[in-house]
Amino acid sequence: MKLKELESCLQQVDTFEEPKILLEQYPTSAHIAACMLYTIHSTFDDIEGKLVADLGCGCGVLSIGAAMLDAGLCVGFDIDDDALGVFRRNAEEFDVCNVDLVQCDLCCVETESYAQRFDTVIMNPPFGTKHNQGIDMRFLRAALTMASTAVYSLHKTSTREHVKKKANDWGVKMEVIAELRYDLPASYKFHKKKSVDIEVDFIRFFKT
Amino acid sequence: MKLLTHNMLTSHVKGVTKGYPLLIKATEVKVNEVEFNPQFVCRMIPKLEWSALVKAADDLGHRQDLPAELEPDYEKNEDLLKKVHRALLEVEVVEGSLQCPESGREFPISKGIPNMLLNEDEV
Repeated sequence: MKLKELESCLQQVDTFEEPKILLEQYPTSAHIAACMLYTIHSTFDDIEGKLVADLGCGCGVLSIGAAMLDAGLCVGFDIDDDALGVFRRNAEEFDVCNVDLVQCDLCCVETESYAQRFDTVIMNPPFGTKHNQGIDMRFLRAALTMASTAVYSLHKTSTREHVKKKANDWGVKMEVIAELRYDLPASYKFHKKKSVDIEVDFIRFFKT
Repeated sequence: MKLLTHNMLTSHVKGVTKGYPLLIKATEVKVNEVEFNPQFVCRMIPKLEWSALVKAADDLGHRQDLPAELEPDYEKNEDLLKKVHRALLEVEVVEGSLQCPESGREFPISKGIPNMLLNEDEV
C-alpha cells in the first residue's frame, strides 16, 4: 500500500464526538498517522506480521492503519468507553479483523504482566500539558515494558531533553525520526485561535 | 475480545497476587475469519501461556482437539498451527465477563471489549 493511499483511507476514520479535556483527546490527523505508520513499516519493518499495541488508542486511527499494513494483531488500549465505541464502529466500517480492544487505565495497571509480550508499541500519548503532568512519561514507561522490539511515539519537541534523560535513565536508546508540525484544531471552547501548530518529535525508542 | 488478548490479561485488584488466568464466562461468542499467517502464529506460540489458551478455547467450545501439552516441533505441523490460529485470532467473546481467579471480581465484556478498569478502592 502506498503512503497516499494509506492517508486517504485514514481520512475516513471517525474521530471523537465530544473530546474530553481531562483526557487530552486531540485526534491524530490522518496525515501524521499515515506518515508515522508508513515509516515504521517501510524503514523498520515493525508492523507487518507483528503483535502491536496502541496505547491511548482513542478512536483508533493508528490501530486501523497498522491493521491495514497487515499487523498480525493490533491491540488498542484506552480508558474511555466513548472513544472505544467510535473505534469499534471504525473497525467494523473498515472491515479490519486484526484489531482488538481493551479498556483500562494505563497509569494504574501494572504493565509488568504484559512485559515483552508485544513486538511493537505505537502511540500518540497525552502530552501532559493540562491537569496531568508527567502522564506522557508514564505512558512511555508502560510502552517500554510492553514492547520487545521498539516503541514509536510522539512527544512535544520542547520536552526533548527531558525525554532523552528519561530514556537514558531507563536504559533505552532513542532516535528522533522526524520533527512534525502538529496542527491542533480548536477542539475546545477555551481555544481562541482556529488552530495552533505545535512542534512534535516522532521518536523511535529501542533497546540495545 | 480475542483469546490472544485474553492470554495477556491479568487482574490487578488490590491484594491479589495471582490474578491469572482470568476465567471466561461468555454469553455470546462469534468466529470471524482472519487471514492465516503461519509465521505469526509460530512466533506467538513461545510467548503464550499454553494451558491458559487451551482452557479458554475449551470453555468457549472451540478447543478443536488442541493438545494439553504442545509438541516440540509444532512449527512443522500446519494442521496444528491452523487450529492455534483459529483459537488465538478467530474466536471472539462478544458478551460476558472475565473473573479474577483469586478475588472473584468480574470484569464485564461488552460489545467485544473487556473493561479492566478498577474502582478507587481496588487500586
